[in-house]
Formats: sequence, C-alpha cells, structure tokens
Amino acid sequence: MAQSLDDISRQLKKRHRKSARMKWLSMSALIAAGIFLLFFLADMLIKGMPAFQQAYIQVEVDYNERAAELPLAAVEADYRELVSRGYLRLIPGRMAEDDSLLGTTQTEWVLADDAVDQYLKGGKARLKDKQVAVIDRMVEEGRAELRFNTGFFTNGDSKLPEMAGLASAAIGSVLVLIVTLAFAFPVGVMTAVYLEEFAPDNRFTRFLEININNLAAIPSILFGLLGLAIFINFFGAPRSSALAGGLTLGLMTLPIIIITSRAALRAVPDSIRQAAYGVGATRWQTVRDHVLPLSMPGILTGSIIGLAQALGETAPLIIIGMIAYIPDAPGSFTQAATVLPAQIFTWAGMPESAYVERTAAGILVLLSVLITLNATAVYLRKKFEHRW
Amino acid sequence: MTTKLASPGAPVTFNQETTHDLELTVRDLKLWYGDKQALHGIDLDVYQNNITALIGPSGCGKSTFLRCLNRMNDLIPSVRAEGEIMMEGKNVLSKQVDEVALRKKVGMVFQKPNPFPKSIYENIAYAPRMHDIVSKGSEQDELVERSLRAAGLWDEVKDQLDKPGTSLSGGQQQRLCIARTIAVQPSVILMDEPTSALDPISTATIEELMHELKQDFTIVVVTHNMQQAARVADYTAFFHLGKVIEYNDTATMFSTPEKQQTEDYITGRYG
Repeated sequence: MAQSLDDISRQLKKRHRKSARMKWLSMSALIAAGIFLLFFLADMLIKGMPAFQQAYIQVEVDYNERAAELPLAAVEADYRELVSRGYLRLIPGRMAEDDSLLGTTQTEWVLADDAVDQYLKGGKARLKDKQVAVIDRMVEEGRAELRFNTGFFTNGDSKLPEMAGLASAAIGSVLVLIVTLAFAFPVGVMTAVYLEEFAPDNRFTRFLEININNLAAIPSILFGLLGLAIFINFFGAPRSSALAGGLTLGLMTLPIIIITSRAALRAVPDSIRQAAYGVGATRWQTVRDHVLPLSMPGILTGSIIGLAQALGETAPLIIIGMIAYIPDAPGSFTQAATVLPAQIFTWAGMPESAYVERTAAGILVLLSVLITLNATAVYLRKKFEHRW
Repeated sequence: MTTKLASPGAPVTFNQETTHDLELTVRDLKLWYGDKQALHGIDLDVYQNNITALIGPSGCGKSTFLRCLNRMNDLIPSVRAEGEIMMEGKNVLSKQVDEVALRKKVGMVFQKPNPFPKSIYENIAYAPRMHDIVSKGSEQDELVERSLRAAGLWDEVKDQLDKPGTSLSGGQQQRLCIARTIAVQPSVILMDEPTSALDPISTATIEELMHELKQDFTIVVVTHNMQQAARVADYTAFFHLGKVIEYNDTATMFSTPEKQQTEDYITGRYG
C-alpha cells in the first residue's frame, strides 16, 4: 500500500533535523573563524594604536658653548633623563648649522625618552620616583603631552625606541616590489602567453605545467636559497640589497603570475581568437590585439595578489640578509635594505614595550597596505570584467 | 558546356549551360582528427560569384570541409589534411601558401556572431589596418562606411560607431561580422551556419544580403536549413559521413535529386 502523506512527513522529520544540525555546524565554523579574525584585529589594534602617539615634553634648551661638545649640558639636570637621547644628539649639529643659536635659551617641545612615553600611556616605566614627580608636574602645567607620532612614518629603525620608525623599511619594500614587478610580471605573462597560445600540447609542456604548479607550493625559504645561489653568488648582486631581494621574491611570485595569467587567457572565448584568425591575423597579432587586452584584468588581479604575497614575505629574505638592523633608507637598488615584515620581525624580538607597540603598529600598517592592494585587485576585476 | 562533377560514384554533369569561372577546385580532400577520418576524398568545384551551399546531417563533415578552405583547421593540433584545394593555381593546403595570406583572401563568418569586444568602428577597421589596406584617417573612415553599407548595417549604426559591437542585436552583430569580413576585400566568404543563432527576420535580412554580396564575392555557406539552401544557393552539395553524395545546381538538386539518399534527406526522412 502506498504511504500516506503523514507517514512520509513523520519519517522526514529526522532528516530535516539532521539537515538543520549540519547547517548550524557549518555556520558555527564560519563564526569561529570570524571570532579568531576579530580577536586578532582587536589585539593588534589595542597593542598597536598607542604607537601612533608619542610623548613630547617642553623644556628650555640652553645653547651654550658646552652643549656643542656635550649635548646633555643643554638641558637642566632634572630633565636630562626625560629627553630623548636621539634629540640631544642633534643639538651640536643644529648649532653648527645655525650660528645665531649660540648663547640663546629657547623653550622647545622635544621628543621625550621612551620611559616617559610609556609612563604617559599608562604602562610600566623604569622611572625613578623623583622623575615621576617631575613628569606629573609637567603634565599638570601642560608641558608634557602625547602627539601624533610622525616620526613613526618618517624615521628609520633606531636603537632608541622613541626614535624608531618604519620609513626605511617602507622605502625598502617599495624598491623590492619594483624589482619584483619588473622581473616577474613580463616573464610571468610571456610564459603564460607562450604556454597558453603558442606551445603545442605535448608531454614536455604538460611536464612544465605540472612543475610550475608545484613551484607555487614550494616553501618560500627555498626560494631564498635559490636567490642566494643565483643572484648573489653567481651574478654577484650585493647582499641585503633590494635588487637581490626583489629578484628572489620575483622567483617566488612567478608561478602565481603564470598560473593566474594562464587562467585569465584561457577564459577568453575561442570565438574571439577565431574571429581574429578569420580576418587574417597572425598568432601574435591575435594575442596582442585581442586576447591579452581581454585577459588583462585577470592578469593584473593575479599579479597584484602575487605582489601582495611578496610584500608580506620574510622567510626567503632571511637568507638574502635583509632581516637586519638597517636604520637608513636605501638610496638605490644595490644598497642594503630591509622590508616591512622584516622590520616587524626585528622589533618583535626587542624587549622594550615601545618596540612591542611598534611591532603591532607595523602589522597594522602592513595589513592596511595588503588590504588596499587586494581591494585594488577586486576593483580592477569588477571594473574591466567582460561579458560576451 | 558541361562540367564534370565530383561524386563518389559515376561523374555527374550539370543539366544547365554554365559559363561560370572556377574559384576553387577541391580534389580528393581527406582529413583526419587524430586517428579518426572525417573527410573521405572530397571533390568539389566552387564557382566564382555564386553561392554554394553545403547541406547534410550533423557530423557529416560539412563544417570541417568549410574550415579546410581557409585552413582554420590548422589551429587544431591533431588535424591532418591531404589532397588538393586549388586556388589561383596553388594548392592552399601546401606549405607554400601562407595560411594568414589565405585567410585574407578567404574570409569567414561564424555560426555564433563573434564581433570583437571593441567599438563598431574598430571591428571593421582593425583588419584592413593590419593588412595595410588603408591608413588611418579619412581613407579608413570611408572603408568602414563602405563595408557597413555593403552589409546593410550603415543606417542602423552610423550614429553609434563608437559603441561596442557586442551591444548590437544578434542579427546586427552577424551583419557586423560580415562587414568585418568584406572590409578585408577577400575573394571568397565562408559562412558556417550564419543564421542558425538568429530569428527569422534577421535570417531573411542576411539571406537578402547574401544575394547582394555574390555580385562581388564567392560565397560558400554551410546550412542546416534546407529551405535556406533552396532559397539562396546556386549550387548545393549534399554531404554524408564525410563524403559528397551529390552536387548539383540547387534547382535540380531539390526537384530531381539523383541519389535516393539525397532525396531522403531533403524530403526530411532523416537528418
């Protein structure tokens, strides 16, 4: 006898329950991932936001004869320990530059020592009771305050935490990315064009294809070894230079660019190629005038994502010698340089709390750059998306 | 004059007197996709300023044959073709003939309209500029207008030449593709089921256009639609299983086919 609707419904209840359970289970996985992400972001924000502010104090600077030799003499004894030594170091130079300063006393806002900075931000600080009393008085008088930390964006790395900034690393990153792009983009795109549009489909090209896909999965530190062997030892590129680092990261980015470019080329319908061949275009004309322009959004998207990955990469650079204390911004591709993630890595190893907050702030800056890059990729893809 | 005709069996002759010159002569054309033979010795003559229709059931090799005429099959790596396709005294299948030059001489219109995703103007101007037929400027403008007029599209698009070709309707797109083809000034136009993706009105427009175009070009058209073949073609070849079963002038072919197979096909018994 056929089952009645009620019978079937009763049996179905169990199946529906299971379906609902699985729905909640899968949703909770998403929620868990979201919570981790939120936790990470919140942690970075809480730790990193203080680094965007820096303590400044107002002191009287006495530009006397002695100060030109011994900068400490320019500041009253009470304040000597509170002023950043990095600021004091500049005094002789400024006096040499500007003769009129000699013999004057000026009231100036100057960069405070990192201990003062941390005290004002409410953290633990290695200050004597007497110093604390001085600072408390200065705060009351409005002579000590937290300001936006421009030095974080304009200074290079420093052994004085209050002076340390990521400008040299940022410039290093830009130089490295220029080299990476200049190397990996043309080589990667032309490789993809060859494999997709020109190469015959035989065992050799299939072998190449498998190996290129495998390259994308190789631990990045191995690319560092390769870069060391090829670019530094064989071609003699200077160690720690943006040139060596950029080429090494370029090697690492190549497979990503090749794979995404091939996918973009393959997405161009054959009817376009046939149309071009049909009016008597050569293979190269077909690729240059029709296939490449149509696949460019996809190629650019892939390249930007590859670059973003290169921007965040540290492991291969360890071997190239770019994870080092490099206070000055590189002026050329061959000078010693460091990059943003390397700077973060260096700061992360420092004990001072001013470095801890700079580590988190560095991560925030790097994250915003990466998000911007990826957003650009998405925007490009959406804007130039073709429909046929 | 009688013309010896290609057919697997006994030679067939035209009943009517013909003075047409030969554009293409195909002799013993064989073609393989890998190990599978798709064309088994095709013999066919294509006459200048005539429309030759190729009909036959799906998979009979008519499209494959059409693509031999401008060597589009070269793009498929596993394809191998043997035999003769003589044009201007040369075998276009031989290595001496550059396939790019051949495709300039023998243009093609595809089943699905495939304008370049560029402006209407650029769709027409691209190939002539590439072949150095025209230089940029007024010369190019004139050619674009002439080609669009010849394809009966000028009045519809003259105010929107900078719009993308893909924004036109299906029938307009197909006429744009025809304009693009004739802009290169070929001798032969191959059409691979040019109206199968179009509505009846667009189809009628294209068929009228074909009648006009044969003043200047030789047309070879593959069609699934036997009424279409009967309407537009001067000659019709019936393909079956990679062979030409029958080839004759269209009127004879449709009124008194010689072969039983042809009759079965055109009366709708199979195909």
